[in-house]
Amino acid sequence: MGDWKTITVPVLPSDSKNTFQYTSEKKISPPSMNSQVLRLPLPSSKSMHSFFSAFCTEENIEQSISYLNRELTTLGFPSIYAESKGKELNLVSIINCMNELLVLQHKNLRAQEEVEMQHLKLGSDMDHLQNCYAKLKEQLELSKREIVGLQERDRQLQSKNRNLHQLLKNEKDEVQKLQNIISSRATQYNHDMKRKEREYNKLKERLHQLVMNKKDKKIAMEVLNYVGRADGKRGAWRTDKTEARNEEEMYKVLLSDYEQRQKQLLVENAELKKVLQQMKKDIISLLPPQKQKPKERSEDGPVLSDLEEDIGELNKENMWELSCETVREQLTNSIRKQWRMLKNHVEKLDNQVSRVHSGALNEKDVISREDHELETEKLELEIQQCKEMIKTQQQLLQDCYLLEERERLQEEWRLFREQKKNFEKERRSFTEAAIRLGLERKAFEEDRGAWLKQQFLSMSTDYKHSENVTTPSAFLGSSDQDNRLPKSTSQQRKPHCMLSGPVSAEPCQTSQYITHNSSSAASKKPTGDSKSNQWVESDKEETE
Amino acid sequence: MNFSELFKLSGLLGRFSPDGRCLASCVQYRLVVRDVNTLQILQLYTCLDQIQYIEWSSDSLFILCAMYKRGIVQVWSLEQPDWHCKIDEGSAGLVASCWSPDGRHILNTTEFHLRITVWSLCTKSVSYIKYPKACQQGIAFTKDGRYMAVAERRDCKDFISIFVCSDWQLLRHFDSETQDLFGIEWAPNGCVLAVWDTCLEYKILLYSLDGRLLSTYRAYEWSLGIKSIAWSPSSQFLAIGSYDEKVRILNHVTWKKITEFEHPATITNTKTIVYKEVEKSPSVETERLSFPPTRALASSLFSTQSKYNIPNAVWIWDIQKLKLFVVLEQLCAIQSFQWDPRQPRLAVCTGNSKVYLWSPAGCVSVQVPMEGDFQIVSLSWHSSGDSMVLLSKDNFCVCYLEREEVK
Repeated sequence: MGDWKTITVPVLPSDSKNTFQYTSEKKISPPSMNSQVLRLPLPSSKSMHSFFSAFCTEENIEQSISYLNRELTTLGFPSIYAESKGKELNLVSIINCMNELLVLQHKNLRAQEEVEMQHLKLGSDMDHLQNCYAKLKEQLELSKREIVGLQERDRQLQSKNRNLHQLLKNEKDEVQKLQNIISSRATQYNHDMKRKEREYNKLKERLHQLVMNKKDKKIAMEVLNYVGRADGKRGAWRTDKTEARNEEEMYKVLLSDYEQRQKQLLVENAELKKVLQQMKKDIISLLPPQKQKPKERSEDGPVLSDLEEDIGELNKENMWELSCETVREQLTNSIRKQWRMLKNHVEKLDNQVSRVHSGALNEKDVISREDHELETEKLELEIQQCKEMIKTQQQLLQDCYLLEERERLQEEWRLFREQKKNFEKERRSFTEAAIRLGLERKAFEEDRGAWLKQQFLSMSTDYKHSENVTTPSAFLGSSDQDNRLPKSTSQQRKPHCMLSGPVSAEPCQTSQYITHNSSSAASKKPTGDSKSNQWVESDKEETE
Repeated sequence: MNFSELFKLSGLLGRFSPDGRCLASCVQYRLVVRDVNTLQILQLYTCLDQIQYIEWSSDSLFILCAMYKRGIVQVWSLEQPDWHCKIDEGSAGLVASCWSPDGRHILNTTEFHLRITVWSLCTKSVSYIKYPKACQQGIAFTKDGRYMAVAERRDCKDFISIFVCSDWQLLRHFDSETQDLFGIEWAPNGCVLAVWDTCLEYKILLYSLDGRLLSTYRAYEWSLGIKSIAWSPSSQFLAIGSYDEKVRILNHVTWKKITEFEHPATITNTKTIVYKEVEKSPSVETERLSFPPTRALASSLFSTQSKYNIPNAVWIWDIQKLKLFVVLEQLCAIQSFQWDPRQPRLAVCTGNSKVYLWSPAGCVSVQVPMEGDFQIVSLSWHSSGDSMVLLSKDNFCVCYLEREEVK
């Protein structure tokens, strides 16, 4: 039965043509009943019925039935004959068979449908997979190409790198070589130089010898006359003493230079130390008071005590004049510590400010802008008030001074006026006395003239008298005068002389002096000429 | 500013006397001494040969004229024009000559630096210093004139000898740790001697007056080293200029570098004032440093000129602030500059006929009103700071400045 093709049973009558044609295309099987049976003529439009009638016709019913039976039994159906042999048909079994065949047919149809579905699905899956596969293959190709390209590039770069390394090495080697060459050449040149120099020195020595030996009379100095030394001193021989003195001088020069430098350095040092001290004080004052924050106290406790210690120690006036190592270290360490604290403090403040700017609330630490401004205003007011106070106080002080000054001036004015009055009085008395004196002088002159005439007439007898008279004539006269007018003249003369001295002498004092003098004059009169001579001198001074 | 007329000059030999009363100038073999204020010729001396070098004695009473070719030094007296003195070195030759600080001894360096002969004008004595070093600054006197340091070289090693100038006694002789000494210079306080090595090695040594090595300073190795140094007038700072276009300042307490100044081609700090004349052009030359004299109130400045690559600029540094103060850029290469001895004022000349003056108040350039070519190559201040002499190859003139109120 090999050449039989499957005959699809048409569901619709319209397909009959196809099926018909299909069946007609069937190959001719080996001659058998089946084939005869199945080789059918081709009507153009036949109904199912006609198709169905194609297999079994009136003539071959028996054959068809037996054929059917055979097929059914081979398929496992019970026989359609009533008995195993015979020509009676078992209708029940036929119907059963038919039903079974129908059921089978349905199942087959369903299975076919399913298979077709699956087939379609698989077909689409396959397409999809094929597409994917194609894409992936493409990608793979691309990647492969890329990889190849990158590998190529990598290879190129590596080779370049190697080349560069090689070049670098070459350059380094060359540099090293050149350096070696340079140093070797340098040593060579030095060597050559030394050799040439030695030769040159030899030539010089030889030349020197020749020059010295030649006793060239030309090498000389002619000078008209020798000049004195610039400092005027005579030249001295060089001795050990002068050598020692020169050494001393040199060391003195060096020492004075060092001393000067040391002084400068000391001054600088002192100034710097002062500045450091000042800075320390400022830093301490800038730092926030530590006592308000107890929790931080524990941390800063040792620091605080250190601070206090430092302050105590290093603020002593004499401490910073010591320049020993430990004090210096202490000072610098303490300043560093405080500077660090100040820095931390400033950083904290900065953070606070930035937090304020970004609107954070931390009211304990943050000083809000308004508070700050209030504070500054308050401080400014305070400053203003203080300034005003200072000004008023200064003015008051000035006024006090002025008052004092005025009082003093008034006092002095009073004294001055008193003195003036006294002087006026005295001047008047003096003028009177002077007038009197003048008159008296005139009288005296007349007297003297008369007396001289007398003497001249009686000269021989009174020689001694004349002597006494002629030599210090004025002197005797004045003493007589003085005898005559002790008080008035003394009053006149002495104060007059005293007036030529300082004016500020008090009137009371002068009067005392006058009385003293007059008394002394009175007491000393009898003693002798010397005192009277004094009187004469003063008198002479007056008149001249 | 007033300018005198031009006078003839040869050899750039125009010097003010130390007391500031006279000006000596040379014309070939003649020495002309003029009064500073009137420029009238006070004395005229004739030497035996073309004069190569003149120097006033410290008391301004004598002038020495050195003629290297003939090996002769002639000394003239200003007090007695008839007085003469001739020192003939004969076959020994002469390469350098200078006065001693007391003005009564002349130190002659013979040819090939064989020896230094100390001739005395007071006595018949002659002293010799053997093996002097053939270098730029081999002899240095202290500012007070008491000591003299001489660099010597024996057996391929450098030595320093310190002499007492009053009797030429050798006070100290010690070896210097230099490879090839280039120069020595005393600090103004006379207590420290700076000794620096050849430019192949950056090394400067500081010796005390009694020969002890106080300190060594090396900035770097291998590259070219020190070009020149300058002491500050208070001896507190030492400025070292080197071939790497930097100036390093050492302090006198620790002898360590306190700062270094660079001379870049462009200045980035906007606070420095740059006085620019015109564009600059580079070339290669030496570097020079100088400090002005300190005054009680003025901040000390010092000027450097790195001619190594920027020869047209003078850099003025403020030492109090340790930064660049002013840069003067000139049109041509700067020939010479010098600080006024009394105030912080700098005079610069660049080879044209202008003289440039800078002071903290400002900068001024003055054209010298002369007919013809007058290319100022060198200048020198009078000790009072009131005038200066401007020297060119063939002429010189004196420039009188108005006295400003000293602040």
